[in-house]
Amino acid sequence: MRLPQTDASQLLRASVVGAVLAAVLLGLVLAAMLLPARSAAGSDLRLIHSERSLYRQVLVYQDAEDRCLCFTRECAIGRQSCMDLRSPERLVFQYTQMMLGALYLNPQPRRILIIGLGGGTLPTTLERLLPQADIDVVEIDPAVVRVAQQYFGFHADAHVHVIVQDGRVYVRRALRSGERYQLIMLDAYDSQYIPEHLLTREFLSEVRSLLTPDGIVAANTFSSSRLYQNESVTYAAVFGPFYNLKSGNRVILAANGPLPSLQQVASNERRFRDVFRSYGFAARAVLARFSTRVDWDPHARVLTDQYSPANLLNSLGH
Amino acid sequence: MYRVLLYLIAGWSGFFVMGVELLGGRLLAPYFGSSIYVWGALITVFMLALSIGYLCGGWVSLHSPSLRRLALMLVAAALTTLPIVLYGDPLLERLSAAIADPRFGSLAGAALLFFVPTVISGMISPYAVRLLVADLRGAGEKAGRLYFVSTFGSAAGTLATSFYLVLYLGVNQILWLMLAVSVIVGASAWVRPVRALEGPGEADHAGETVNAGEAAKAGGAGA
Repeated sequence: MRLPQTDASQLLRASVVGAVLAAVLLGLVLAAMLLPARSAAGSDLRLIHSERSLYRQVLVYQDAEDRCLCFTRECAIGRQSCMDLRSPERLVFQYTQMMLGALYLNPQPRRILIIGLGGGTLPTTLERLLPQADIDVVEIDPAVVRVAQQYFGFHADAHVHVIVQDGRVYVRRALRSGERYQLIMLDAYDSQYIPEHLLTREFLSEVRSLLTPDGIVAANTFSSSRLYQNESVTYAAVFGPFYNLKSGNRVILAANGPLPSLQQVASNERRFRDVFRSYGFAARAVLARFSTRVDWDPHARVLTDQYSPANLLNSLGH
Repeated sequence: MYRVLLYLIAGWSGFFVMGVELLGGRLLAPYFGSSIYVWGALITVFMLALSIGYLCGGWVSLHSPSLRRLALMLVAAALTTLPIVLYGDPLLERLSAAIADPRFGSLAGAALLFFVPTVISGMISPYAVRLLVADLRGAGEKAGRLYFVSTFGSAAGTLATSFYLVLYLGVNQILWLMLAVSVIVGASAWVRPVRALEGPGEADHAGETVNAGEAAKAGGAGA
């Protein structure tokens, strides 16, 4: 038979259990915080800059060859932008190479809008490629602009203008003031977080309205997860058929007018062979990725301002 | 039943407020972005509206309080969200064109769309406390239980909206759904006491009697 316990011993037992639970919880949290730091230290990557901005952590890692901008400590998967320290004009990421595939659709854009700055690889490269072009870069986070300037050789000048603003707010303003662009690049999404108001039918319609009749949109997005289906039908709903380029990332190239034929695209590609070789990649390899095959469920739900659970869909897997 | 309806109104109202607040962020984003200041503007409006609602609810409870009037408040809060569904987009469109600074644009937008329904929602808790309290000694306990139900409803509304509802329904569909639930809950509270207790003057008194009875029961069970 159990003896009745006193209130005091019950209280004591409860507080001991509580303390043990709290200690275990604290231990788990600490372990979770330390683990990614150790995995980053496992390679020869070292952290050379770290700051917490209004929106995220902005980290700059560097090893013997590359310097990378990351928004998470797990830099291996969350790299936003990388620069080869010995040849800074080399395009380290395949996605930036694929984004330049937009030039196969319209080789001489004079007005360019880029939403999402990152390390500034795209505006820096485009300025070098097209010295006559006017490039507007919209970036929401002033810390990213600072870091791009300080660590990635990005600089605003007479041809490159930086606007610190929400991308959607800028697009709507630009529409009202009658601006038009021949090339709009959307590079505001990453695997950790998608600004959901920048991935809806309404937003893409606004982007389309901001294009000249021969204007092109290039979007750096995702190639996996359930979101692939919704993203695809949303672009198709606004632009009709588009070119889909895939490697680790996914790049969508769409046109305001009729989509240029693969023949036209291939003939434009020749103009860039030499210059892209000097950036460390083959223009042909990008061309080989162009596809119009519908490899998604055409009945998936279109993302709209009313229905935009992009981050939830992205985290739900296939 | 009287008390169940009372708690149901308070709990649902908590759910409703947080559901509308989260969806408010969605509605503002296309026009002002989804930056921290947009959420700041939205939360400011909701807190301010709730604080004024508490004051008003307290005042109103001084004059012949009844479950029926509480039900009316719930329905009124729901109906005043109709302009959000019907005129939200054109209004925000104009505001974003007129006000250059997205901080004050979103503050103005949030105030115009969400202030009135949230003031009315805020009135519900103090008013419900008045209907629950039968004696001074139990007042704190009754108020505590009501806050529990109402804030628990808010937690449920936050989770349900942000985890699940947005995955299946559009913003306006969710608003219509919540509006319908408010009308149903309000109507059932309106219909119920009318049969049991007649006349607006007596509702107050009758409510207290029922409460006293149930309080005694609760006391008996606890002993």
